[in-house]
Amino acid sequence: MARMNMIQAINSAMDIMMARDPDVLTFGEDVGYFGGVFRATAGLQKKYGKQRCFDTPISESGILGMAIGMGVYGLRPVAEIQFADYIYPAFDQLVSEAARLRYRSAGEFFAPITVRSPVGGGIYGGQTHSQSPEGVFSHVCGLKTVIPSNPYDAKGLLISAIEDDDPVLFFEPKRIYNGPFEGYHDRPLTPWSKHPLGEVPEDYYTIPLGKAKCVREGADVTVLAYGTMVHVAEAAVAETDINAEIIDLRTIIPLDIDTIVESVKKTGRCVVIHEATRTSGFGAELIAEVQEYCFYHLEAPIERVTGWDTPYPHAFEWEYFPGPKRLKEALYRVMEAA
Amino acid sequence: MDKKNTLKLHIPEPPSRPGEEPDFSDFIIADAGTVARPDVDTPDDRLRDYPFTLIRVLDDQQQAVGEWDPQLSPDVLRNGLRHMMLTRAFDARMLKTQRQGKTSFYMQCTGEEACGVAQAYALEDDDMLFTSYRQQSMLVAREWPLVDLMCQVFNNPKDRTKGRQLPVLYSVAEANFFSISGNLCTQYPQAVGWAMASAYKGDSRIAAAWIGEGTTAESDFHNALTFASVYQAPVVLNITNNQYAISSFQAIAGGEQSTFAARAIGYGIPGLRVDGNDFLAVYAVTRWAAERARRNLGPSLIELYTYRVAAHSTSDDPSAYRSAAEATSWPLGDPIQRLKQHLIGLGEWDETRHSALEAELDAQVLADLKEAESHGTLGTAPCSPASMFDDVFKELPVHLRRQRQQAGY
Repeated sequence: MARMNMIQAINSAMDIMMARDPDVLTFGEDVGYFGGVFRATAGLQKKYGKQRCFDTPISESGILGMAIGMGVYGLRPVAEIQFADYIYPAFDQLVSEAARLRYRSAGEFFAPITVRSPVGGGIYGGQTHSQSPEGVFSHVCGLKTVIPSNPYDAKGLLISAIEDDDPVLFFEPKRIYNGPFEGYHDRPLTPWSKHPLGEVPEDYYTIPLGKAKCVREGADVTVLAYGTMVHVAEAAVAETDINAEIIDLRTIIPLDIDTIVESVKKTGRCVVIHEATRTSGFGAELIAEVQEYCFYHLEAPIERVTGWDTPYPHAFEWEYFPGPKRLKEALYRVMEAA
Repeated sequence: MDKKNTLKLHIPEPPSRPGEEPDFSDFIIADAGTVARPDVDTPDDRLRDYPFTLIRVLDDQQQAVGEWDPQLSPDVLRNGLRHMMLTRAFDARMLKTQRQGKTSFYMQCTGEEACGVAQAYALEDDDMLFTSYRQQSMLVAREWPLVDLMCQVFNNPKDRTKGRQLPVLYSVAEANFFSISGNLCTQYPQAVGWAMASAYKGDSRIAAAWIGEGTTAESDFHNALTFASVYQAPVVLNITNNQYAISSFQAIAGGEQSTFAARAIGYGIPGLRVDGNDFLAVYAVTRWAAERARRNLGPSLIELYTYRVAAHSTSDDPSAYRSAAEATSWPLGDPIQRLKQHLIGLGEWDETRHSALEAELDAQVLADLKEAESHGTLGTAPCSPASMFDDVFKELPVHLRRQRQQAGY
């Protein structure tokens, strides 16, 4: 076991996969010599050479188009999109190509690519370095989407993503790269080195895609969260006397619906939280699924706590960010409902 | 300037419209045989005039002239003629099946047969082709069974894509022919990535990709050229300039101010412009670019200058936007007629053999069509609808399994 923050865990996953499989390559803007603006690929070029870890032009569609071509050839590229906010120029390559190639060719061709990209706000990134676009991609059939909430999961999930034969979007909540963030920007950050999930095996291990994890058992209400919001949920619940069950989805596509349904049937109440905007967000999908499967077990309307339907405003980041206060309010409303 | 000048918005206009005489006076057409053939390892900065001329081998008498003459044997030329004629016969029959309601859609490549066939000949059979939707002649040249293509068009039970694709968007992995996308230009950076992977693995295979001149306006065109140039990918990037993107003439994509081949200059790669209706010139230029890629000398951009004789697709009516006489008065002629006349001039072909071949190929296509139709046409279920849930992912996830059950399978 070693102490790792999320960046180190992600770096370790790529390091292990590059050592195990010469067909694993990684590239992106500033990824090579410099090791990435968040340092996720630090040291990989030195260790594995320029041909396996390299800088790319500032062209997200070019990066993912190239990755798909490499995947078709038989490589397992891991592409970094520097910020998820920059992924839109590559939308066509993801939505029309990577996601549909296996389908349209009936399995003749496929692109086993992994696309890593930092998501979320809380770092004073303004509206172009703070977005959480996972909902946009969850609407596209053929893409898997992973959003880890801690170093241990990040490493195991990233190794699974690289080994997966389908295209995987691996969204890294950048606010928790260094430590679990509970939503209180004015309090000191606990580093991952002081958190049990900062204990990460140095060797190879995997966490299967599509499996949620119950991070807090409870009987009163189910909180569905992923990424940074897992820590917000833990903090919020700890500040109440509500015995909430918190489920970290880890992968939103494929969704571990059975774990969700089992929990909500037990608690009879559900609150969904995500940092992304509200309308047509992934929370809407979760609520629809929960009511479809659990309607007759529900004792209160399902609530969702989300970012507002506005761009992420630089000066009002903390008014935008769905922190523990908003979640607690939702939990109380749900508990008080008849 | 003291007085403020009045600005004027420019919208390009084609030289002729329906009811008018065709006008090709703006075209850059060099005499056959006049363009020098540079060595394959000539640095890019000594090739910068090439995008502004036109490489031609067959002259007006259809004799091969100049340095670009690839000196192909009569057997190869006859085979090329055969594959071009087979493509045209295939197109003609498939168009009819669309009119008969046996498929929803078809796209002919009339007039562009030399581009595909000669390029397929100039590349190796294991080179990877990332085509657009009008390179069916490459599959014909690689002698892929027409029955398989027909079954894909008919979405019948022998359709290897299980009825998922629009007709003509073929996929043939065994022929190293990449699944065609309906979205434009996406295959360009993919071909570059494939070529880079081939180089990374120390392979000897190169990639080649095709788009139309209209598609050069897509960002992926420039993305691909940037990546190809930066990483010196072993790829041949082709632009079929057939003058039209559906109804929009080539200047709407930027052909009025420069040539499409000239886009290469800014990326520091060779840009060659070739008479796309000249089998010998297309072969020679493609061979040059392929050899350059194969020798680690980097990518090339080829503009195949041709004319889309038929409609864009069966959903299109060109009489609504272009002069009806354009197709028959195209200054660079018809690729099949030209190669035929060249062979006759060599004493290697004659009208009797040509007519016999025409009849033979039509009979072959008809026999293939009969076989393909015996497996069903549009409306014959290609397979169980349950299969529609397969291949979204490698393994069927829970939500799709439940949706399949909901659908009744």
